[in-house]
Amino acid sequence: MSGPDAPKDYADQAVRPFVITGGRVRASRNTIGVDTLLMTAPDPPPLPRAAPREQHALLRICARLHPLVEAAAQLQLPVSVVAIVACDLVDSGHLHARSPIPEAERPSLTMLQELLDGLRKL
Amino acid sequence: MASANSDRYLPDSVRQLAKILIVGGFGVGKTTLIGSVSEIEPLRTEETMTAASVGVDDLTHLADKRATTVALDFGRITVTPTLALYLFGAPGQHRFWDAWEGLAHGAVGALALIDTRRLDDSFAVLDQLERYASLPFAVAVNRFPDSRHHPGGELRAALDLPPHTPLLTCDARDRGSALATLIALVQHVAALTPTHL
Ligand SMILES: Nc1nc2c(ncn2[C@@H]2O[C@H](COP(=O)(O)OP(=O)(O)OP(=O)(O)O)[C@@H](O)[C@H]2O)c(=O)[nH]1
Ligand SMILES: [Mg+2]
Repeated sequence: MSGPDAPKDYADQAVRPFVITGGRVRASRNTIGVDTLLMTAPDPPPLPRAAPREQHALLRICARLHPLVEAAAQLQLPVSVVAIVACDLVDSGHLHARSPIPEAERPSLTMLQELLDGLRKL
Repeated sequence: MASANSDRYLPDSVRQLAKILIVGGFGVGKTTLIGSVSEIEPLRTEETMTAASVGVDDLTHLADKRATTVALDFGRITVTPTLALYLFGAPGQHRFWDAWEGLAHGAVGALALIDTRRLDDSFAVLDQLERYASLPFAVAVNRFPDSRHHPGGELRAALDLPPHTPLLTCDARDRGSALATLIALVQHVAALTPTHL
């Protein structure tokens, strides 16, 4: 997608994510998905000098609560790349991750009912 | 109803996200439907297909390959102070959904949008949904000005839908109509969900 008619925002995507994530293509723990809620730690330690700019950017964005997918859209990076960036920042204590539907494959009836009630009130 | 002041951000009080996939063929109205109900302008993100479809742990030997990108539109409805619903517009094939970390995992269900002028596309989408058995779905027929009118029963038969699958018509441009399809889907899913897990 770095061809001549690639969308400008994503033009360097093929190379950059590879660099940002040190060549990995999957988050080391399988816990961060599109709907994982991310929030920067209250008093994050300073990032290492060599930290990629995406780490800085993600921490800036997640000063407000963001699900991974919204952070990725803002960063204009693929979700899988931001998942890895997020994972590293969680490991280093800079970022807090909240998995909304931890292990369950299916949403609970309680949640579905809350959703239904809420949608009907809109 | 969207209160203009703070919709840009998800409220910090949100503790839980619900996901619904809006699936359908090219140009069927996925983005339109999301835009009708979302409190934010639909956002777009892209994913490369190599990582997820190959499933390798090391991209080194793939780095020179041109990855396919697939685009995902999404919108958000803050349903209660603690619960937000995300709507993801995606092509019907679940190998596309698999390109995103956990897109379908834990999702409430899928809403399949159908354009009766292009039923062949719809068959392909429904076929995939039926194979992806863990994800319940409802079907909404988008009315376009030149759509032929199909009586409900005839269409259900043509689409060969499983008996209890909700089949609705909607105008994706209309907020109330789009919301009604979402409500029908959630109702359907709730009915399928055991009281005790
Ligand atoms: N009459 C009518 N037009 C619609 C409806 N839904 C969408 N459209 C129109 O159909 C066109 C395509 O809609 P989109 O929302 O872009 O479709 P999409 O599924 O997101 O398309 P792709 O992402 O390109 O696959 C737009 O011009 C819409 O205004 C509907 O319910 N009724
Ligand atoms: Mg679209």
